[in-house]
Amino acid sequence: MRYNEKELQALSRQPAEMAAELVVKRRLVKLVVNFLFYFRTDEAEPVGALLLEHCRITQEEPSGFSISFLEDPERKYHFECCSEEQCQEWMGALRRASYEFMRRSLIFYRNELQKMTGKDPLEQFGISGEARFQLSGLKA
Amino acid sequence: MKLNERSLAFYATCDTPADNEGFLYKKGGRHAAYHRRWFVLRGNMLFYFEDAASREPVGVIILEGCTVELVEAAEEFAFAVRFAGARARTYVLAAESQAAMEGWVKALSRASFDYLRLVVRELERQLEAVRSGGAAPPRRPRALPPKENGCAVWSAEPAAATAPAPAGATPGSQPGPEPPPLPPRRRASAPNGPLDSASFAQLHEWYGQEVRALRSQWLKSQAQPEGGGEA
Repeated sequence: MRYNEKELQALSRQPAEMAAELVVKRRLVKLVVNFLFYFRTDEAEPVGALLLEHCRITQEEPSGFSISFLEDPERKYHFECCSEEQCQEWMGALRRASYEFMRRSLIFYRNELQKMTGKDPLEQFGISGEARFQLSGLKA
Repeated sequence: MKLNERSLAFYATCDTPADNEGFLYKKGGRHAAYHRRWFVLRGNMLFYFEDAASREPVGVIILEGCTVELVEAAEEFAFAVRFAGARARTYVLAAESQAAMEGWVKALSRASFDYLRLVVRELERQLEAVRSGGAAPPRRPRALPPKENGCAVWSAEPAAATAPAPAGATPGSQPGPEPPPLPPRRRASAPNGPLDSASFAQLHEWYGQEVRALRSQWLKSQAQPEGGGEA
């Protein structure tokens, strides 16, 4: 599949939601939007990137976790952290990192605000008509 | 760079409705030729397929950091997805109608994760402000009967709902201002009163009742395990 690699590389240099050196092949791992980039230490360009949509984050041992994807649940990407705390922090961040999670959050908050105030909070952004933010999206 | 292409393809073709889809002409790199492709926008990814029935995308354009603009081109209804930086690629696309072009430009310019995150954070702030405004915080004089609280709730809320800038966060933490002077009791029992000639205090009172009712509904729904979503 072709993709705009230069832009993806540029994205890997953007401010990260989180970044750390996680063990097992000692990769520097950087979370930017819904991508998890992994670098060899001291290299500027990522070895690879994982798109974090439709994935499952599972705790593997006291301080490790794995990422697997819906279409191939057996294939796991393993990560080992320095501590249980770091592990929990990363697992939480990765679970919230998907576009789909953001979208569901938006729909939820919109609905809550609408119930509480009687007003649609998306109107001020001019996006209240967009199909992608309708409540039915939660049930899909 | 390695990419989890299977996951990408899965995301591209999953069952949930796309954020936008349709045929677009895509200018093939340096060559002038346009190729007609089936485009699917999902999240911050713009996939393109040989045709609408294909299960595997030919390619994907990751939309973070792009700008979308109209362009002068030989093709009608042309627009460009532009990226910053040296040797950055510009994708020139053309729709098949004015309406389709406008739809795509709008959808693509708001497709980034960054944009969505901004909106979500703003809504989180607003919700927090409304919740703390509505949850009778300690600063509000408890000695006053509920009617006064209705006015105070209303005065915290509009600032949260109408000020999308960071200022929206602060009203929730305003020290409770003196509630407006109470309207005489008789107006409380006339919700259908002459609102067109009502005083500001009367409107406060009337809407305050409505907000209180909504709030108690919400509090009840919060008490249930699945508090969110459509009842």
